[in-house]
Amino acid sequence: MNMMTPRTGGLALLAVIITVAPIGFTNTYFYDVAVNAMFNAILCIGLNLLIGYAGQISLGHAGFLALGAYGSAIMTTAYGVPPIAAMLISATVVGLIAFVVGRPILKLKGHYLAMATLGIGIIIHIVLKTESKITGGPDGMSLDNFSMLGFTIMGDKMWYWVAGVLLILSAWLALNLIDSPVGRALRAVHGSEVGAEVVGVDTSSYKVLVFVVSAVFASLVGSLFAHKNGFITPDIGSFFGSVHLVTMVVLGGMASVFGSVIGAVILTLLPQVLAAVEQYEAMILGGIMMGTMIFMPKGLLPSILASLKRREAGR
Amino acid sequence: MQKLFKWGATAVVAAGFCAVAGTANAADPIKIGAFLSATGPASFLGEPEKKTLEMYVHKLNKDGGVQGRKIELVVYDDGGAGDKASTFAKRLIESDKVDLIIGGSTTATTMAAVPLIERAGVPFISLAGAVVIVEPVKKWVFKTPHTDRMAAEKVFADMQKRGITKIGMISEDAGFGKSGRDQSLLVVKNYGIEIVADEVYSPKDPDVTAQLTKIKNAPGVQAVFNFGFGQGPAIVTKNFKQLGIAVPLYQSHGVASKDFIKLAGPAAEGVRLPAAGLVVPGQLAATDPQKPVVTAFKKEYEEAFKSDVSTFAGHAYDGLQIALAAILRAGSTDKAKVRDEIEKTSGYVGTGGLVSMSPTDHMGLSLSAFHMVEIKNGDWMLMKD
Repeated sequence: MNMMTPRTGGLALLAVIITVAPIGFTNTYFYDVAVNAMFNAILCIGLNLLIGYAGQISLGHAGFLALGAYGSAIMTTAYGVPPIAAMLISATVVGLIAFVVGRPILKLKGHYLAMATLGIGIIIHIVLKTESKITGGPDGMSLDNFSMLGFTIMGDKMWYWVAGVLLILSAWLALNLIDSPVGRALRAVHGSEVGAEVVGVDTSSYKVLVFVVSAVFASLVGSLFAHKNGFITPDIGSFFGSVHLVTMVVLGGMASVFGSVIGAVILTLLPQVLAAVEQYEAMILGGIMMGTMIFMPKGLLPSILASLKRREAGR
Repeated sequence: MQKLFKWGATAVVAAGFCAVAGTANAADPIKIGAFLSATGPASFLGEPEKKTLEMYVHKLNKDGGVQGRKIELVVYDDGGAGDKASTFAKRLIESDKVDLIIGGSTTATTMAAVPLIERAGVPFISLAGAVVIVEPVKKWVFKTPHTDRMAAEKVFADMQKRGITKIGMISEDAGFGKSGRDQSLLVVKNYGIEIVADEVYSPKDPDVTAQLTKIKNAPGVQAVFNFGFGQGPAIVTKNFKQLGIAVPLYQSHGVASKDFIKLAGPAAEGVRLPAAGLVVPGQLAATDPQKPVVTAFKKEYEEAFKSDVSTFAGHAYDGLQIALAAILRAGSTDKAKVRDEIEKTSGYVGTGGLVSMSPTDHMGLSLSAFHMVEIKNGDWMLMKD
């Protein structure tokens, strides 16, 4: 057994980091930021399947996140649905929506696909903002703790462990998917759609499948995020939110599960670290992004791994 | 190994000193935290608020602080996003360990932080408008600005006084205007007024003549009331004049800034709106207790920043003053005591009006906090009763 394959070595390393990290947490604020980072990481793992492996862009994923969050919020508060059921129903509905809109729009390519997904995200955002009778409008709505079988997830520490387990689970799922026939088909689509079709890959089905999977990831994260924060506003589904997610994926490394995790963690922590120099926050963030894109166009993790390999080979 | 011990011992001693110093020393600074929307779409609220807090904290510290304790201000910019606001609120509570929080420039950012502030038990003074913040009353949550319901009530009271019974309503189809319209519909019947036309526009509409024409053609309209802020109300005002509608036009407190007069130009003449005393300090009666407060605040703000003072800056000023007065009365920064003292705030004269809070009212402003003003010659004129 090779311990350094991403599936075993990477997962083990991730588990160790998640277990050890709380030693450095002096108060629950750290837990809160860590939970946000891990939620983003889960979402980015899903999004990276679409962007990194299948080579399709989505500028509307924050919309799916918001749908999951509002689905949970509305069902649990207005109709008394148990949180776990609300979360699963939301995810199913979001999956269906992604399936229905995915078929026609994934026929589009490049800028056109970007525009179409952008449109979906913006429409969701507008609906959440304007249907104030149901969603509370721009002022947002509140919801209760996540409870299941008489057990309630409360407090940042408990959320930390829940998010940690889910993150490892999602990474494991994604790694398995990539190494399956589906994953190989997706990479073939990324390489050349025509080529993939010639060798018998049903490209449009696979593209829709991965679009649905990534939307479901987003919806589940949205539900959990809503319960954790106890209050949501339509802003979580804004266009800027979608761009932020794509940025995490690209920064961390496309077509790299652990790259998504690193990108999500960095972009969640940076604004917190830079809050002290608030005026320059956007500038520093922009500088880091530009630097990464110029010097490491493949993203942080793949570039670093490649340079390590080169060094080893040079020895 | 010995070296390690030495260092260890030093560390223990140092930690001991820190612990001693940490126990409620009178010279400890009072820590006030704030999360404001200093950038982003709501920066017109957050930016003057932030400047005001920083200016007054700096000034107070130069004069020796409060009870001999310096004030330490920690401000975070949430960019108008609810999730950021809640993370920063947590940071203020857990990491910066502040004694009191001011902030939430918008209703959304305020409400996003309320659940965890209530759980942590930190006195919190919001600078946002909507009624939901203080209704139902939340133990630790207070606010300084007037609510949209009060603005509607003030306008309707003025209409009632003038014998107006049928009006047309036009409101912005977004946050502020939407909430304002809902509150208006809720209270309008109490004033014997009927809304015979109810139109909406979107904040980016370049023209609202269609909606205004409908209102114009509705039978028996005696006045028109517009709820919104930003450029929308200016467009409504311009179109209103172009259509030659002869009835009075009422605006909400959302337009109580000079920018509105600049945008609407001559069409703004004769527009009526409820506004805080801060916009008309010179015209307040000499006996008005608000007069010296708003005159001084306006002068200090405009001298420091060379820009027109806005009511939003006033909200931050009021929040800070109420907080510091409560800390003074409590004689400490004990959170529960400070909370109780904020709730006992009585007869505080602020830029927003006379504030008297109670266990059932965590805002403490009455309708008298608003003055009806009319725009005359490009400036605010206090309306005669």
